[in-house]
Amino acid sequence: MNSSENFAPRLQSRRISGIVFGAACFLATLTGVFFLLILLGSVIVAATSRYTADGSPKPSISISQLPGEVSRLTTKFSSSQAPRAGFKAGIVGSLWLLVLVLLLAIPVGVGAAVYLEEFASPGRIRDLIQLNISNLAGVPSIVYGLLGLSLFVRAFGFKSIGLGETLWAGGLTLSLLVLPVVVIATREALRSVPPSLRQAALALGATKWQVVRDHVLPSAVPGVLTGTILAVSRAIGETAPLLMVGAAGAIFRLPKGPSSLYTALPVEIYNYAKLPNQSFRSIAAGGILILLAMLLTMNSVAIVIRNRYRVPSR
Amino acid sequence: MTTSPQDLETSAKLWAGPSRFRYLQEVSVHAFLLACALVTVLTTLGIVLVLGVETIRFFSITGISPWAFLSGTELDPDNSPPEFGILPLIWGTVVIAAGSSVIALPIGLLSAIYLSEYAPQRVRAFLKPALELLAGVPTIVYGYLALMLITPVLQAVLEPTFKVQSYNILSACIVVGIMIIPMVSSLSEDVLSAVPRSLREAAYGLGATKFEVSTRIVLPAGLSGVMAAFILAVSRAVGETMAVVLAAGTSRKLTFNPLESLQTMTAYIVGVTSGEASAGSPESLSLFAVGTTLFLITLVLNILSNFILKRFRESYQ
Repeated sequence: MNSSENFAPRLQSRRISGIVFGAACFLATLTGVFFLLILLGSVIVAATSRYTADGSPKPSISISQLPGEVSRLTTKFSSSQAPRAGFKAGIVGSLWLLVLVLLLAIPVGVGAAVYLEEFASPGRIRDLIQLNISNLAGVPSIVYGLLGLSLFVRAFGFKSIGLGETLWAGGLTLSLLVLPVVVIATREALRSVPPSLRQAALALGATKWQVVRDHVLPSAVPGVLTGTILAVSRAIGETAPLLMVGAAGAIFRLPKGPSSLYTALPVEIYNYAKLPNQSFRSIAAGGILILLAMLLTMNSVAIVIRNRYRVPSR
Repeated sequence: MTTSPQDLETSAKLWAGPSRFRYLQEVSVHAFLLACALVTVLTTLGIVLVLGVETIRFFSITGISPWAFLSGTELDPDNSPPEFGILPLIWGTVVIAAGSSVIALPIGLLSAIYLSEYAPQRVRAFLKPALELLAGVPTIVYGYLALMLITPVLQAVLEPTFKVQSYNILSACIVVGIMIIPMVSSLSEDVLSAVPRSLREAAYGLGATKFEVSTRIVLPAGLSGVMAAFILAVSRAVGETMAVVLAAGTSRKLTFNPLESLQTMTAYIVGVTSGEASAGSPESLSLFAVGTTLFLITLVLNILSNFILKRFRESYQ
């Protein structure tokens, strides 16, 4: 029996199934982009629509009204009357949280990453810490909220040392939340520093810390900054843990310091969005645009840093 | 350049020798960095301790057995005596995780195959950042989208044949599905791109088409990584909170109807927090018991994902 008799190339049907599959893959990839556009479009439409008091639609706002609307949303406190509601307290609260997370999470996260990459000798302890970090990265954010509630806000019921529902409690909770991501991003950046750099410095008699401080960290800075800024920008969009640790809805004063009560932009968005009134939903959409603008700014900063300091590959 | 013995002598004098200060500096820096790394371990210990202690307090105060807690079908903290059976919440979580996976896993896998096998360099350079942007959108925005866009569209399409509640499971599945697509696609794409070129070239050399290479060579070679990505995505869907709170509402029942409202474990936690439960009350302690259940489910999924990745990894030289 000749094996070539059994050979049926079926070129036509194979070609067609290939084309169909390729098209399916392409379309699947486009769904993501498609939804990104839908998401932006519908939020913009919702933010610019206006409703009368009884909920029927009015003509949406015109271009000339836009600056006024933006300044209202950014300079007014929250209100039970839609035309006067804004996000001033939330924006300021979120910026406070941002600063706290930057100050708390970045030093500790970078320190932990430097330890794991440069100092720790391979072995049990390093493996344990690594496993632990990868598991922490998968813990749902609301569980961090529970941790923050019990540990930072209430201090297990010891009222005198509990932080209460203050910016400190929110900032600490969010810092723990982003810590694993900061560590993972920093380790990536440290790994891209060529070993020859370390070897050269060590050969000249530098100590481990001198090698890290004077050579490894400076050349890893762009990568570290990019990764950590992206990680921290995650924290700004988090809502659930902040609801748990008491970012209250209606606050009509700006926080004076980290031990003040506060609210955050995503929390205010949530409070408006769950109201049944259409007017408030359009306010929430305005808040979402402000939040997205903040995130986009942080992402752009990260990209600029990456491009500006990109070391030509050797 | 020549070096005279004198030069050597002066330079030897310039070197102060191993200094005590530098040694101290080295040791203290090492200790500080180790402390930073230990913060992550302490975080885990903190989570386990907080959840454990409060969960034990919950069970001892209410006198409910863990089994009755997990399998009870009545959840009504305001009743007297309060009832805490979280099966409806577990059901809600499972339904929404399964529904969103049905949407996200095929789409995510197909886009991973497109990005790794089909996409020309320039298309890829545009699509990958777009997917990353999608992953960076805060979850509250997805919840808003479900409430404002997807539910009204569903109502317009399905009503009056079916009754679509303003909070419903289907819209939650759709938004959570969209939300985890970037995770599935980027993790899977990393694995598929790592399959060595030589495998593909060998298949092409035998006359395989691109479709056959993608589905019969590359995908099986990267299967363990793809499975690991799937499980991580499911774990993410289980822990998802704000999108589900805004999309799926607060009903607690064992329903099969995707157009009805259903509460998940995460949504229950948020619901109780926004309520008036005082610290130490059974209702407020039930948060931690539900949180423990949630934590254990995601932990098992994450460990399983890690295990699959390690155990079934194909290694190529």
